[in-house]
Amino acid sequence: MTATAEPEVGKARLRKEDARLITGQTRWTDNLQLTGMLHMAVLRSPVAHARIRNIDCSRATAMPGVAIVLTGQDFAAEQGSLPCAWPITEDMKSPPAPALAVDQVNFAGEAVALVIADNAYRAADALAAIDVDYDELPVVLDLEEALRDRDLVHPDLGTNKCATWVYDSAEAGSGTDVEDEIAAAEVVLERTFRQQRLIPAFMEPRSVVVDPSAGMFTVWSATQIPHILRWMLSAVTGIAEHRIRVIAPDVGGGFGGKLQVTPEELLCLLAARRMGRPVKWTESRTESMLSGHHGRDQLQKITLAARRDGTVTGLKVELLADMGAYLRLVTPGIPILGAFMFNAIYKFAAYRFVCTNVFTNKVPTDAYRGAGRPEATFAIERMMDELAAELGVDPLKIREQNWIRHDEFPFTTVAGLTYDSGDYEAATARALELFDYESLREEQQRRRASGDPVQLGIGISTYTEMCGLAPSRVLGALRYGAGGWETASIRMLPTGKVEVITGTSPHGQGHETVWSQIVADKLGVPFEDVEVLHGDTASSHKGMDSYGSRSLAVGGTALVHAADKVLAKARRLAAHMMECDEADVEFASGSFSVRGTSTVRSLGDVVLAAHVAHDLPEGMEPGMDADATFDPDNFSFPHGTHLCATEVDTETGVVRIRSYVAVDDVGTVVNPLIVDGQVHGGLAQGIAQALYEEAVHDETGTLTTATFADYLVPSAADLPAFITARTSTPATSNPLGAKGVGEAGTIASTPAVVNGVLDAVRHLGVKDIEMPLSPERVWNALQGRSADGSGDVAAGGLGSIDAQGGQS
Amino acid sequence: MHISVNVDGVTYADEVEPRLLLVHYLRERLAKTGTVVGCDTGNCGACTVHLDGHSVKSCQMFAVQANGHEITTIEGLARDGKLHPVQEAFRNNHALQCGFCTPGMIMQAIDLLADEPDPDDETVRKGLEGNLCRCTGYQNIVRAVQDAAHRMRPGAGPKMEQHSDSLRDESVVAEQPVGGE
Repeated sequence: MTATAEPEVGKARLRKEDARLITGQTRWTDNLQLTGMLHMAVLRSPVAHARIRNIDCSRATAMPGVAIVLTGQDFAAEQGSLPCAWPITEDMKSPPAPALAVDQVNFAGEAVALVIADNAYRAADALAAIDVDYDELPVVLDLEEALRDRDLVHPDLGTNKCATWVYDSAEAGSGTDVEDEIAAAEVVLERTFRQQRLIPAFMEPRSVVVDPSAGMFTVWSATQIPHILRWMLSAVTGIAEHRIRVIAPDVGGGFGGKLQVTPEELLCLLAARRMGRPVKWTESRTESMLSGHHGRDQLQKITLAARRDGTVTGLKVELLADMGAYLRLVTPGIPILGAFMFNAIYKFAAYRFVCTNVFTNKVPTDAYRGAGRPEATFAIERMMDELAAELGVDPLKIREQNWIRHDEFPFTTVAGLTYDSGDYEAATARALELFDYESLREEQQRRRASGDPVQLGIGISTYTEMCGLAPSRVLGALRYGAGGWETASIRMLPTGKVEVITGTSPHGQGHETVWSQIVADKLGVPFEDVEVLHGDTASSHKGMDSYGSRSLAVGGTALVHAADKVLAKARRLAAHMMECDEADVEFASGSFSVRGTSTVRSLGDVVLAAHVAHDLPEGMEPGMDADATFDPDNFSFPHGTHLCATEVDTETGVVRIRSYVAVDDVGTVVNPLIVDGQVHGGLAQGIAQALYEEAVHDETGTLTTATFADYLVPSAADLPAFITARTSTPATSNPLGAKGVGEAGTIASTPAVVNGVLDAVRHLGVKDIEMPLSPERVWNALQGRSADGSGDVAAGGLGSIDAQGGQS
Repeated sequence: MHISVNVDGVTYADEVEPRLLLVHYLRERLAKTGTVVGCDTGNCGACTVHLDGHSVKSCQMFAVQANGHEITTIEGLARDGKLHPVQEAFRNNHALQCGFCTPGMIMQAIDLLADEPDPDDETVRKGLEGNLCRCTGYQNIVRAVQDAAHRMRPGAGPKMEQHSDSLRDESVVAEQPVGGE
């Protein structure tokens, strides 16, 4: 047997995608220009809550280049309601969600009219000539106030409460009763944290082109979910699904922000149908921030019960989650994705999770990188630090004392999940080594003792997450409207080249490269000979798309299975060609041979024989293609230990990250270059939540952070260099051993940074600072004032909440 | 208004509306879709091109302001099938993921290297402050720019991308092998 080639899996392959991206030969949706194409511009409500008394389009309609101006009344009969695929409870309240408001607007930024014109500039001009009369209604903005139901976002629902979802370990049989644990506890800590509202802020603004010609609706969209979008556009409009083709060409980032069926996608489709001509819409950045969904926005009340020796016993989580004004595709399910993660890596006896979803007159929320899990991780990692502070012990020790030991896997948690693999000790040991923990602690002591104006803090986050979304049966049990499988096809071409079709839909992750590596290894073909097709429902006929760190663990596994099917058929044909028993056929490095002989047939020979089909075994179909669909039977559970050293200038409130170490266990790594990149980018977004970003609505419900001048996406100058490393315990739920890496950095880093800042200033009397930890907030906290400069910092971490809501 | 602009080595003569943004002129009239629009406020830098060899944000300029000038876009960097060293460094260092910010980031990096041929970490970070990337956390971008600096001797000046004969300086091009190790 010839020596096998160096394995592709594990190799730091440079990306195939880059050739077009670094030369500008890209295929963004907005690049498209079709013959006769019209341009759509959207008029958005400047008010957060109002009845629409009248819309006068006459001036706009008369403007040069304007083909038509349309309002919600014009589309009322055909626009239906934008879909929500995740009714989390049977009695969940779900208001109609028109793409174009008909008689009422419920958030500032909601679409109220649209102009179709012969170019984008003229369409935008005409927006200014549309006159809308609004009768303003009281706005509902604060979560706790909303629950009092004094003013209602949707009066027809009779309440602002959307749904309440509960997990209780005593009821589920996965643990004891949390109230018993709290009653019996030696230490009970109660804290309230605010997960501020964030904006996904993908770099490519959303863009849609719909071509209604030739009896088909071809929809190009900057989306993460071409397959789901096709299904949902058909469901909403009644257009037969096989008459809709969705193409996600090059897509410039998503982070959950393009996991959506948007009003504008639907409106473009309806406008193109009405006009019988192609219609394009590309948003401005401000439109993106006003109408694309936001993320996070929860109020978290956490009660932790423990013994004085540091053993945690009970965890009670009471959440209020801001839905915004409407339920978008998976809005109500986002906090539920966190429900299983608050207990994290720790062995709690009892756990109770209650989440109340609340409507407000704000931009709808939905998935943003991590989606429910960063919120959970933040809360528990902050609580572990609070417990350590309360007991006066090292926060690392308290974690070590309570986490699942490496010899306890597989481990069924108090939230009912079974963690298949992990080694928290190994990841932590590696992180400590890279971080130089002990000497930083010594320096911290020195600075405290000398009263240095720049104080040093060490933040710890020992996180886990659930990825590889998802076992379909679990999604069904959670009342999600779709499955979590993924599919892949392999087409062996007669020249020996390979086409891979995947149901995943990459938008920066590098699937073309990684999928090629997997196939090259499995089939023994050159990496360069593999072409990956994705994102076009005409070629990639089915799929569940990309989100939730699922693509490799689920979609990559489907690809492995498809390759196995190709090899199984090829082996049978090779035996036939070499006139031997199939059991005597060996396969290595792309060639079949007969055991103990020099008879060899390359895979290419076998593929060609299958293609010409001159001499096939009895009953074998011509060709050498295979499809496989994989439905995982468990999630995957990446984990890791992140350590962050922060310097806090107590005179200015400025926070500087001095060093950041991330050690992640994401299972088996296919491409270390890409995995490192995912971690870097994830860290940037998690750090941004800790220090920089917040979507702010003023008291009238106007989003005041609707440009990149106001919403602080960090630049290169705002972020540190990261030290990354890995430990590995392969996932057992898929043959690749992959756990997923897309969200890890984001999930882990936010509490690491905040814990670090608090560790630097806790001895000065600061107990909590609300995110983002701007210099102003840090400085105010150091002056004993809450964020708005009034009053004292309340005990128990509530000070920042008082400042935000003014409720107590 | 009538304008005459040299873009990536080709001179175009066009009638444009005075309000037409340079980036829209490039994308929609000249099909230079490698240059993209990421925001409307000049914060993100995705639309960065070179005007006479120096970086400008093409969403912050009118096309008429480019009249009589020379524009280089991401599409005009590669020469004779060889990538510019900064393009190559971005690929070799995995300095891009979705790639949307990449054209602007590369154009800005070239401008930075013209002023700072051997920049340290902080100089690169400050020099790229006007270009946002949401995917990479900037770590590999910083590395790529420093890697490119080492590949380029003595530095990427504005001259190496000038196309018109009057501005061409063969000796500078020869001293700065494009794409070389």
